Formats: sequence, C-alpha cells, structure tokens
Amino acid sequence: MTQTIVIAEINNNAVHPSTAELVAAAMAMGDAPTVIVPCTDASVANGAGNMGAGAIIAAKSAAFTHYDAGAWAEALDAVAPQGTLFTGASPQSKDLAARLAARRNLAVIQDAVAIDGNSITSPVYSGKAMQTVSVNGPAVVSVRSNVFPPSSGGATEASVLDTTGNVATSVAEFMARASERLDVGEANIVISGGRGMGSPDNFVHLEAIADTLGAAVGASRAAVDTWEAIPHAMQVGQTGKTVNPSLYIAVGISGAIQHLAGMRSSKYIVAINKDPDAPIFQHADYGIVATWEEALPVLHTAFKTMLG
Amino acid sequence: MPNIVVLVKQVPDTNAKIAVNGGRVDLSAVKMVMSPYDEFAVETALQHREASGGEVTALTVGGAGCDKILKDAKAIGVDRIVRVDAEGEMDSNALQTVLAKAVTELGAEVVYCGKAAADTGAGSTGPGLAERLGWASVSNAIGASFDDGLSVIAPSGAGNAKLNVPLPAVVSCDKGDFKVRKPNVKGIMQAKKASVDIHSIEVPASTVTVTSHSLPPAKPAGKTYDGGAAAAEVAQLLRDEANVL
Repeated sequence: MTQTIVIAEINNNAVHPSTAELVAAAMAMGDAPTVIVPCTDASVANGAGNMGAGAIIAAKSAAFTHYDAGAWAEALDAVAPQGTLFTGASPQSKDLAARLAARRNLAVIQDAVAIDGNSITSPVYSGKAMQTVSVNGPAVVSVRSNVFPPSSGGATEASVLDTTGNVATSVAEFMARASERLDVGEANIVISGGRGMGSPDNFVHLEAIADTLGAAVGASRAAVDTWEAIPHAMQVGQTGKTVNPSLYIAVGISGAIQHLAGMRSSKYIVAINKDPDAPIFQHADYGIVATWEEALPVLHTAFKTMLG
Repeated sequence: MPNIVVLVKQVPDTNAKIAVNGGRVDLSAVKMVMSPYDEFAVETALQHREASGGEVTALTVGGAGCDKILKDAKAIGVDRIVRVDAEGEMDSNALQTVLAKAVTELGAEVVYCGKAAADTGAGSTGPGLAERLGWASVSNAIGASFDDGLSVIAPSGAGNAKLNVPLPAVVSCDKGDFKVRKPNVKGIMQAKKASVDIHSIEVPASTVTVTSHSLPPAKPAGKTYDGGAAAAEVAQLLRDEANVL
C-alpha cells in the first residue's frame, strides 16, 4: 500500500474539520495517513485526534506564524515521511502543495474530486470537463472540500517535532478587505446577481437576503464588467472565483458558459430569471421564472420566517 | 535593472464549449488565446520595467502554434519573446524542470505568471518553479509596487497583506485593481516583425499521465415555477427537501 501523509488544514490557529476529509481521501489511495499539523503551539495538533489518522505529528516552528510558501514547504518537508502527500485545495494550500511537490521532485495534482487507488480525477477547464490521471509513484495531491465524507476514529496522540524554515517574505502591513462581507470563495451559501439586477444599487436586496442566510454576495462577469461599483472580488466564473457552496442562488443571471464553469458544482442551485429560456434554468434544482422585483421580497420573507 | 520574465500559456478561449471525443477533450474547433490571468502578469511585468528599467521577456513552452500568444505579448510591449520548443503532455514536474532551466538560461531575477492557467486551473507553476530555483514566491497577487524593492499585495487570512518580497522571486498574479494595457498599432506592427527565440530543452519523463477525459455528470432536471410567489415554496423546499438552510 502507498504510504500517505496529510498536511492538516489550519484556520484561525486550529485544525480545520475539513482535515478529516483529507484523511478519507488518503485512505482511498493507501493506508491510514500520518497527519502533520503545522503549528507554533503543539497543542493545536490535538484537534486532529479523532479523525482516524495512523499517526499525528505536531510540526512546531516559528516559521508557521505567517504563510510563506518556501518556509512552509521546507519546514514540512523536513518532518514528513516519504510517500504521497495530501493537502486541502484552498488557494494557500494549493500553493503549498505545488512547492512541496517541487521540493521533492514530485508531480502535483490539484483539486482532486475522486481517488481510486492510483487513479485521480479533477475538474479541468473550470469544470467544463473532468480529467482522470494515473499516478506512478509518490505525488502531492490537493483535495477539494465537500467531496469526501470526513473520516473518524479513536483518539490518536500527537508526537511533537520541532522544525525550521527560512522565511523569505515579510509582512509590511495587513490590510482590511475592500468589503467587509463574506468572501464568495469561502461561504457555504452564495447569492449572486447578474445584469438582470438592472443597477448596482439593487444589489442591496441581495445583501439583505445574504445577511439573513449568512451568505456571501457574488456577481456574474457581465455585472462586474458593466458596473464599476461591483468589484472583481465578487465575480463568480471562469475568470473569477470557482465556488462549490451548499446553496447557490443566481438572480438575473442568464447562465453564460463562463459563469456556469464557476458555480456548476454547487450542491443546490436556485435560479431566478424573467426569461424562461435562460440557460441557467437547465442547471437549476429550483427555477423561478419571475423578475427579481417579484421574487426576492417573497424569498426574503420566507427565509426570515424560517430562520427568524 | 532587473531582468524580468513573464510566463504565458496558450489555452482555449474561456467562452468556448469543451467537447470530449473518444475519452479525450477535443480542442480542434476551439479558438486558442493567452490565458486571462497571464494578461495581468504581463501588465505587472511591464509596470515593473517602467518603474525600474530592465527588460521583459515573455516565455512559453509549446509547439509553433503558441507563437501567436508570444506575438500578442510583444504587441502589448514586452521586449523579447522566447519559446521552449516542446509538445505533448507534461506533468507539473516535467514542465517546471523545463521552465527552471529556461529561466536560468535567460538570467531572470523576477518571474511573473498568472495565478493559474484557464485550462488546468491548477496554479502549480509559479510556486513550483520558485521552489526549484530556490527563490521566494507569492501567489495570487492583486497589486505590486516597485519603489523600495518589490512589494506585493496578496490575500492573507481574512484580508490582504502587503508583503516585502526579496529578489529573486516568482509572483503569480490575480486580477488586480488596474486595467491591462491593450496593443496599439505600433506594437502590432513590431510584433509582426518580431522573431521568436527558440530554446531546446530536454523534457524529463512524467510520472502522472492523463488516462481519460469526460464531461461532468449531467444534473437531473430541476423543478421550475412561474411567478415570484413561488419563491415561498422554493424556500420551504430548500429547508425540507434540500436540507441546506
């Protein structure tokens, strides 16, 4: 069996629950993995204790204070056994996966959504097609979240290994995001508006629903290109962000290929559009043929009643 | 005066439909373009040259068909265009090994690239190349300044951070808060006359090989309702049937 290693996902100084999905992904290829937890304080590794790992290593280093790709790859390479490594597929984790792979002269496969032994499938062309590759020998694999059912198991004790990495970049300044709203790439529910919203001012109606649901507000490329007030950070699609939330609500979006490529893997899709022939309806689980002016107030009231 | 290299890749137009024939993607009917994020990399490289002097070289790996995107980069304003002549599928290890050799041959001190190519979406090339060269790297940069050494703005935790980046370094570029320049007539004329420098570099064997492509599984048909009042029913179904609220 292939020796497998999982690099734990870290968020706000804690092991992110999606790490249990990485353990499951590793077990689809080989043995129960060694989970490596990058940390500055070894107690953080306890958060990986009940995920069914074969072993847990708390990789402790001051290099893990801020993300520096080279330093993290160096510090993790020093403590990780040889074998196939698994990481998450957030932008930072994909970056780390690529550096770790290059450090070990291995190939990297990003965004895996299915693993069967040495056969790995991931979306290409922003999800317009799926690609299956065959891996000969060890590699580094980043794994999409919300795909593998999380693994669980009895308590595993972490052993602590001190490690070091040479930090090249330095933070001159932390900057708040232009928008205080939740990022579309991170939200579990996304509500997006297109040019059918008529004006950027009307996005307040989407924001109001987003506030009720704890959702992020996104936009189509047409909306971003048409209105300066809608920033590119909100753009969902092939040249914007690729999202796979549990629920995606598309309002006044016709469903160009470009947009579909960025959101088609959402678990449930709701489309609101006045044009019954809009392509978005072919991809929607629930389609509402109506103007946003008709549908959104009803939708908002229903959500408020349910969740209020 | 830094020697700047910008990596560019030819990919299918992002508006194109992708067809699969015989278990492989069929790009024969698809228009090929420079990957959109590479345009931000070209722009950032040109801004770097304007601030610091030096020279910008656009570099790609591929067959003669890729000369078009190099000419496009030339028309926008890069100084030199170079292609490593190699065709066929390569895994990340093989591609980065080739790029590391080419970047070393070109004597680059800073490399810009798109945050990911629009075909694979992997985003492995920038950080992987940096690791092979032993350089610093920052990915997904949305802005850069060159006044007091290189500093870039990139996502960090819940916000962004301005990072000081020591050279040599590789920076992968996301769409920033700037417009990319378009080619002017003079640039287009110069690009027509420009010649592509061809480098030959041995391509190592790949350990990852593509076995098949397929179209994503089709979704079962959904329910469609007429009129805004149906939104109340949809909200109920989202809670009771889809279980996502």
